[in-house]
Amino acid sequence: MGNPMKIRAAVKDGVTEVKVLMQHEMETGLRKEADGTLVPAWFITEVKAQHQGRTVLEAQYGQSISKNPYLLFRFKGGAVGEKVTVSWTDNKGDTRTDEAAITA
Amino acid sequence: MMNRTGPETIDMERRKALKTGGGIGLMALFGALGLLQPGKAFAEWNKTAFSSKTMDEALAALGVSAPANSDAIKLTVPEIAENGSVVPVTVVSNMPNVEQISILVDKNPNVLAANFTFPQGTEGMVTTRVKMGQTANVVALIKADGKFYRVAKEVKVTAGGCGG
Repeated sequence: MGNPMKIRAAVKDGVTEVKVLMQHEMETGLRKEADGTLVPAWFITEVKAQHQGRTVLEAQYGQSISKNPYLLFRFKGGAVGEKVTVSWTDNKGDTRTDEAAITA
Repeated sequence: MMNRTGPETIDMERRKALKTGGGIGLMALFGALGLLQPGKAFAEWNKTAFSSKTMDEALAALGVSAPANSDAIKLTVPEIAENGSVVPVTVVSNMPNVEQISILVDKNPNVLAANFTFPQGTEGMVTTRVKMGQTANVVALIKADGKFYRVAKEVKVTAGGCGG
């Protein structure tokens, strides 16, 4: 299931700015434990953001994205109270979806 | 006798069904791993691009040829990153119809960090954070109106971002 994301969406002058903080280890698969064993890769591969059911951003991530990925983007439209939904999928098939209401 | 053979026959049928089911499951798995590259469904994780070890490989996997340098793209990165594991990157493009922004780090083991796709109505900008193993160039690739543009900036890393 993964841990919850923090999502903030605020509309100003007809443009909604969305900030997302995902909680994920984002293991590259290249790091080694103290005993020399490789830590297997474990990272978010896909992110999708929707506004009232319409896709507003799609992203594919690689191993180079930092732990607990941060994302900021803007889309035209959006009204106070409407929902922005963000989902991610990781390379182990785990997914997580969270939503937030747009504020002023 | 009939009563005995009955269940056996059914069992055989079930076995067959399980076999076929397993086959389909395997196909689905290959599909998920991107081993069966079909006509390219939108937003399927581009395994080839994300496992590219060099800039040229990554560009080829992304289908980019000879991107033009452009002043209409603003790439904001720190000049010096004290912590290579969290390097903020902001790309803002003032071009119309931005379809895609890719962020690459030329000296990372896997050069492609992220690939963003923008539907109509979403502004051509994005902020993210990347890991950097060493001092390297951060490259932003933008696809707007079907054409590719590129901008790069060097970030000096004083401590690498590979968990060290």
